[in-house]
Amino acid sequence: MNLSRKWLSEFTAVDAGDKDFAEAMTLSGSKVELTHDLGGEISNVVVGRVLSLVRHENSDHMWVCQVDVGSGEPVQIVTGAQNVKQGDLVPVAKHKSTLPGGVKIEKGKLRGVVSNGMLCSFQELGLEQRDFPAAYEDGIWILSDDPELSGLVPGQDIRTAVGLDDHVVEFEITPNRPDCLSVIGLAREAAATFDQPLHLHPPVVKGGGAGELSQLLDVETPDPELCPRYTARMVRNVKIAPSPKWMRERLRSMGVRPINNIVDITNYVMLEYGQPMHAFDYRYVKGGKIIVRRAKAGEELTTLDGAVRKLNTNHLVIADETRAVGLAGIMGGENSEIVEDTVDVVFESANFDGTTIRKGALSLGMRTEASAKFEKGLDILNTLPAVNRACELVELLGAGEVVDGVIDILNYVPQPTVLKLEPEKINALLGTSVPAAEMVRILEKLSFTVEADRLTVPSWRSDVKEMADLAEEVARFYGYNNIPTTLMRGQTTLGGYSPAQKLEQSLGAVCRCCGYDEIITYSFISPSYYDKICWPADCPARSSFRILNPLGEDTSIMRTTTLPSMLDILARNFNYRNKSARLYELGRVYQPGGPDGLALERKVLTMGAYGGDMDFFALKGAVEAVLKELRTSDIRFEHPGDSPAYSYHPGRCAVVWSGPHRLGILGQIHPLAAQNFDVDAELYCAELDFDALLAAKGADPEYVPLPKFPAVTRDIAVVCAEEITVGALERAIRRGAKGLLKQADLFDVYRGKGIDPGKKSVAFNLVLRADDRSLTAEEADEDVKSILALLERELGAVLR
Amino acid sequence: MKETLERIRQEALSALEGTQAIQELETLRVKYLGKKGELTAVLKQMGKLSAEERPVVGQLANEVRATLERAIDTASQNLEKAALEARLKAEAVDVTIPGKAAVLGRRHPMYTALSEIEHIFVGMGFTVLDGPEIELATYNFDKLNAEEGHPSRDWSDTFYFDQDSRVMLRSQTSPMQVRAMESMSLPIRIIAPGRVYRKDEVDATHSPMFHQVEGMVIDKDVTMADLKGTLNLLAEQLFGKGTVTRFRPHHFPFTEPSCEMDVQCHKCGGVGCPTCKGEGWIELLGAGMIHPNVLRMAGIDPEEYSGWAFGMGLERTAMRRFKIADLRLIFENDVRFLEQF
Repeated sequence: MNLSRKWLSEFTAVDAGDKDFAEAMTLSGSKVELTHDLGGEISNVVVGRVLSLVRHENSDHMWVCQVDVGSGEPVQIVTGAQNVKQGDLVPVAKHKSTLPGGVKIEKGKLRGVVSNGMLCSFQELGLEQRDFPAAYEDGIWILSDDPELSGLVPGQDIRTAVGLDDHVVEFEITPNRPDCLSVIGLAREAAATFDQPLHLHPPVVKGGGAGELSQLLDVETPDPELCPRYTARMVRNVKIAPSPKWMRERLRSMGVRPINNIVDITNYVMLEYGQPMHAFDYRYVKGGKIIVRRAKAGEELTTLDGAVRKLNTNHLVIADETRAVGLAGIMGGENSEIVEDTVDVVFESANFDGTTIRKGALSLGMRTEASAKFEKGLDILNTLPAVNRACELVELLGAGEVVDGVIDILNYVPQPTVLKLEPEKINALLGTSVPAAEMVRILEKLSFTVEADRLTVPSWRSDVKEMADLAEEVARFYGYNNIPTTLMRGQTTLGGYSPAQKLEQSLGAVCRCCGYDEIITYSFISPSYYDKICWPADCPARSSFRILNPLGEDTSIMRTTTLPSMLDILARNFNYRNKSARLYELGRVYQPGGPDGLALERKVLTMGAYGGDMDFFALKGAVEAVLKELRTSDIRFEHPGDSPAYSYHPGRCAVVWSGPHRLGILGQIHPLAAQNFDVDAELYCAELDFDALLAAKGADPEYVPLPKFPAVTRDIAVVCAEEITVGALERAIRRGAKGLLKQADLFDVYRGKGIDPGKKSVAFNLVLRADDRSLTAEEADEDVKSILALLERELGAVLR
Repeated sequence: MKETLERIRQEALSALEGTQAIQELETLRVKYLGKKGELTAVLKQMGKLSAEERPVVGQLANEVRATLERAIDTASQNLEKAALEARLKAEAVDVTIPGKAAVLGRRHPMYTALSEIEHIFVGMGFTVLDGPEIELATYNFDKLNAEEGHPSRDWSDTFYFDQDSRVMLRSQTSPMQVRAMESMSLPIRIIAPGRVYRKDEVDATHSPMFHQVEGMVIDKDVTMADLKGTLNLLAEQLFGKGTVTRFRPHHFPFTEPSCEMDVQCHKCGGVGCPTCKGEGWIELLGAGMIHPNVLRMAGIDPEEYSGWAFGMGLERTAMRRFKIADLRLIFENDVRFLEQF
């Protein structure tokens, strides 16, 4: 919402510069975004009188003018324009002046003749033809030709001369305050903010136009709930013309283009009163009847913007007996538009149901200034003063004859909101001790009426419904920054983190200790990402929450796997030529099947890496570090076997288990998947399910006494078939031992000379120990013998 | 004999002065003090002396022995010290050669900002809550007093999963207020960080997904002054002691009175500069006293209880905290960016 300071000053006298005004209004609740100085770019430009002009000695199209700029000596200015005459008043940009668009004017020589500035066109002052319809378009602006600019004197600042001396304040108005979408609404706030009186003037209409209104016009509202009030007046013998300078200036300062007197009046009243208005050409209201009804299914209307709108029964139209002539509360129809030869005009000032207007505008994709106001809910009592103001302006402008009487259909009689003023409750909520009298003073300057402890809320403040709302009104003008600052009292609460949250934190810490950087990726992905990670078309995990109104296909479904998000980031880093990356994210996946039709939102710890010394075992080491932090027991890494691992290299991928619980999967990304992300290097990822990790978390540690007796170590190397895994050998060793084995550590896998093809030699270091005595070599050898026997029996692994 | 002793002393001391190695010292010790050494030889002749001379010479002999023993010890210590110094010198390294890398991963700056905020509130007895991102419009809007037709409900602003606008991506962390009211017993002190989603195209200050943290207190006699005090504390913890704040009236459907908190621009100190777009203040968060309708809908009597709530954007806070100029960097995850933090 824009506000002209000049317009504001008609209602209240506020003596504050731009910065102070903005700050005070912002702190009382009307947030100022920006202040524009309309003539801010113009300096040192004045009204000048052309005293004489002679042909330039070296040019047959330039003139050398002597110009009175109000400073005694005339100044010499050369111009190429041909429309300047002796005696004309013109805008003069003097030596060292500035014009809109950063233009700087300095004295100089034009073909050898000194020119001390420039005569200006209206365009050079940043104006348009609509702002000054009488101005000559191609040449210097002859101010003295425009009767509306009479009384100017040489030397006068051009900004005050042509109305560019206004400052316009841009407000951010919150949706609860539609009353502030008007000059009067903001004037009310400004008057209260600066403790100044507010001067409102009830419109006065002389009337006397020919005819009897009830004979001329009839209004029906067959859907009263959609049109709580319809107010209309008529003007006859209209003379369509440009509106006067002051009105054009006002509209312009608020960002509205002047069109003609009648249309300008409707816009003027909308800006001033906040009540959208519409003017119809009476000729085209067939049968003199206005019907506010639902559109018929398939009914068409060409709106003022020239677009053909196809309507349905959810749209509200203004119609005559035969057809729709306007879209209620949104835009008028072309078929009843005010045109050059319009003679009789109907002014509509109505109140429509906000939801209907909002939905209608939304469905037609045409949110207008009027619909934006209606959808927030307007003051139903405002329609009558607004239509009267329009008629008053018609008379002021001499634009037509207002017919006596008003058509006013009131389908809903609003009851004023009456609240009890409870100062102690307000103070208790705010933590203040504002005296009751001060509260009354604040509320009264906002037009609340107070009788003892009964408060009547003004009709335009439908946002004020209870004590908390009153508290805000009091706080706004008492000053938010005058409210004390205290800390909470009351019952102590424990607070803190849940076990799951603590685990999240320690998982992150372990990842960082392993050199992995934390990343954040979007939760939504492109459906094509499931293809990129090589999931088959019928993969059930593709079933995802789909956004019906996404920003684009790329962000249209909620991921059921974090893998493509991680691959995306790895690929990006790879393409940025970062030599290596180790990344992790504790992010969510979203699977259908949650409560209330929501998702099952599971967290996944995703690790991803490439480059450096990264290989399967480097990644596995990091995963093992995570599991060690968890004190997870009974961990197994197994080839995925038949379980799906489409995205991974089939020979370099493992599922990690803790007992019967699957914790996740890790390995090298399938080269085809990597290729799909434009990476021709080995990418490694691990996906660990957070809930499974939490469930697999081991108990808190308990101290185990340190060994009192020395251990015996034995190295063994066995030769076995290639397909026997180290894991299988290790498990066999543990089972084969007779109770003395404390540790079995792999230290070598050898293939080649001395070992038959298809076989390998695997060497372990065994640590044997008893807790209650020093072992003898014989005892240790007994265990080793038993281990070797089992290895041979079960796995065909023989001592090398 | 006295002369012999003196000579031994002189000779031995001067011999010691020239020693270079521990072995030489040992040789000298044997030569003079050993069983067959010169001094021992002199002492063996003590018997030949008169009773008067014996104590005098004896004393002298002891003196000479003590002197030599001390001198040998000192020389020995000096030689050991010199040998150690020589070894340490030989072992010296070039300290400017880079260390063996112990690679440490970095925390994302957004999470660093979040964890600072969490710690402040956990210290004041707040519980940290987690909740669904795919949320019911009931929680995101209805129970937060956002009436039908509130602009944020528009399909142009919020992502929906069904035509009835029932299931959506939460546009704010505020639904956690309602979920907390429904599931916890009073008094309540919570913060709820998490992802939120709005239909904004990606640019230097917008992203369709970002993070917020919600904070809420419900108790008896909770006041707006408490809200201000707590949020001032937050600003000081985040941006340093003496951080100046101001509170402006604002509107949120679920708070009344509502406010926004600005912090004075750190760059210009409130005069106005490009960082604060000339305003002198930078908006930090929105807050207010919980709307009585929200309390009523959750079954809490606003006559008995009151509360406050706030919500703040975390990326923006992290950007301010670490002077990150472009929001896109946050989600780009370039390791050269991540490793700066």
